[in-house]
Amino acid sequence: MRRHGYQPNALIETLHSVQECFGYLEKTSLRYVALTLRVPLSRVYGVATFYHFFALKPTGKHVCVVCMGTACYIRGAQGLLAEIGQSAHVKPGETSVDGQVSLITARCLGSCGLAPNAVFDGEVAGRLTRSDVHQRVKGWLGQ
Amino acid sequence: MNSEELDKIVEEEKRSRQSLEHEICVCVAAGCLSAHSEDVKAVLEKEVKQHGLGHQCKVKGVGCLGLCASGPLIAVEGGEKRTLYCNVTAQDAPEIVGALGKEPVKRLQLPESIPFFSRQRKLVLENCGRIDPERIEEYIGVGGYSALQKSLNEMRPTEVIEQITRSGLRGRGGAGYPTGLKWSTVSKAVGSRKFVVCNADEGDPGAFMDRTILASDPQKVIEGMIIAAYAVGASEGFIYVRAEYPLAIKRLKTAIHQAERLGLLGKNILGTTFSLSIELRLGAGAFVCGEETALIASIEGKRGTPRPRPPYPAESGLWKSPTLINNVETFAHVPKIILEGGDWYARLGTAKSKGTKMFALAGRVKNTGLIEVPMGINLREIIYEIGGIPEGHRFKAVQTGGPSGGCIPEQHLNTPVDYESLTKLGSIMGSGGMVVMDETSCIVDVAKFFIEFCMSESCGKCIPCRVGVTQMHDLLCKITDGAATMDDLALLEELCDVVRNTSLCGLGQTAPNPILSTLQYFRDEYIAHIEKKACPAGICKISGSEKESA
Repeated sequence: MRRHGYQPNALIETLHSVQECFGYLEKTSLRYVALTLRVPLSRVYGVATFYHFFALKPTGKHVCVVCMGTACYIRGAQGLLAEIGQSAHVKPGETSVDGQVSLITARCLGSCGLAPNAVFDGEVAGRLTRSDVHQRVKGWLGQ
Repeated sequence: MNSEELDKIVEEEKRSRQSLEHEICVCVAAGCLSAHSEDVKAVLEKEVKQHGLGHQCKVKGVGCLGLCASGPLIAVEGGEKRTLYCNVTAQDAPEIVGALGKEPVKRLQLPESIPFFSRQRKLVLENCGRIDPERIEEYIGVGGYSALQKSLNEMRPTEVIEQITRSGLRGRGGAGYPTGLKWSTVSKAVGSRKFVVCNADEGDPGAFMDRTILASDPQKVIEGMIIAAYAVGASEGFIYVRAEYPLAIKRLKTAIHQAERLGLLGKNILGTTFSLSIELRLGAGAFVCGEETALIASIEGKRGTPRPRPPYPAESGLWKSPTLINNVETFAHVPKIILEGGDWYARLGTAKSKGTKMFALAGRVKNTGLIEVPMGINLREIIYEIGGIPEGHRFKAVQTGGPSGGCIPEQHLNTPVDYESLTKLGSIMGSGGMVVMDETSCIVDVAKFFIEFCMSESCGKCIPCRVGVTQMHDLLCKITDGAATMDDLALLEELCDVVRNTSLCGLGQTAPNPILSTLQYFRDEYIAHIEKKACPAGICKISGSEKESA
């Protein structure tokens, strides 16, 4: 916050930093941000929920982001999503009950040339098939 | 930094390049990186060292080489010769280093004479794949910042705008508003503070032009912005970039920092009285923020909801000051226009759409990747010659313009690519996403995909978009489930008309396009879903139909 001079207009930048540090936006940190930047808490909450990038809940141990951009969709991203959902017992946008895997969908990862794509714990992989993702997820779960 | 010091860097770069016999350029843009080009680069560096070639041969990371489908790509430059290799793995590195100065490795070689390369015309992408995006000196070495030098030293702001107007350049973000006109409006607007904003919130799924320029040649965009700021009299700049592009953000940060260090940004640029600061602002995943008034709200730290125009941002934008907003690609065209002149640029393209346009070619084509072609080239050339349809498949439609665009069928492929012709076909130029579909895609399903996108990206401010698009989505679901009647189809068409005419911003106004254009050309597919309860492509799971999704 200091970097942006405690400017109320740096709210989004600040929330990015908070999420980078803690992995998600906790209620107490939202309150702290509101207080320090002198912005109503309602606006902080409004901004945090408006943008897809901000998470208000902690993510699982492993994070899988499946690209649902047009190119990936045309090349079968739906199948990947279904496969991961089955293998890890998780629905898109949620974290599995055991806290192992979070499954997220992305609008476009920008590697459309290698569609379909997904990101496994920060590593981008392209030209995926259902059996590829099945193996990745099983590897995470130690099966 | 003054002009002499800039010339000195050019000289130094030239000397250091001449001392090298070979340069191995490894693509480190998003596509090739996800095919592990970093590993290839590391092994190549090790090999060069082991062969004792450290002084004559340099391995460097470069921006996008274009043909993402065959990544990782590397280019070996030696003297006048340039050899392109594709699908390179770490195991191939010794062979490539061994072949330096001899016959190229045939099995990996990619001839640059193939239509994918020969049909392109690169202006914006001229440095991509040739220079290291993380070193400003290389950009200066290939003539970078000489356009800025020319503008500041030899031209008045009005003369800069004059050249841009003459070039006929139009906004590359999609709407095609004449850039010169926009610049002159902002320059005439009254205000003590003025801003330039670079819109890098490239939200269209299937489009990756802006992020590729930013990750491959960020200095070009910055130079374009500085020239624009000089022309309109702005002293503060923002680049609004999606948080989903960590690579572009990292390289932009480096680029801004390096430009500041050399005094190309900051106070008294190139020894003149002109000053400009540029700040980076991150988006947070909201498609609607590509709309200019929503983008302004987001930079101000608010929810990204659009507001009615007028007043246009050119008169009342960021913090109610006159603001110039242009897309990444638009700014990237500027240095070339200043150097070569507006008239030179206007010779390229068609009567109303000048210059070149980048497209992200993806979907069911052989050569997926980033291309830049002159305006006026026809769609058939792009799809069949540059792209190439895989054997055994049949072209069905090409989707242009992202969620606001439409699908164009086979019979209209001879249409030249320009703003007006694509609009006439019910699609739009858009920012440049081009996704090719073949017989395995169901048109209704694709329309549903885009409507679902617009539904979740609607900011919720105006009712036609918030409620209308959701209703459209429900109707499409009914069709793909095989539960719809012909009355539903009529209702859908009526709804499209209402949403198009009454929504507040571009998102809602163009949301019906994917449905309207597919209804225009592929009505029979809709009817097959409704009356025969069958999906011709076998994608939609209609109960009772035998085909299942693949």
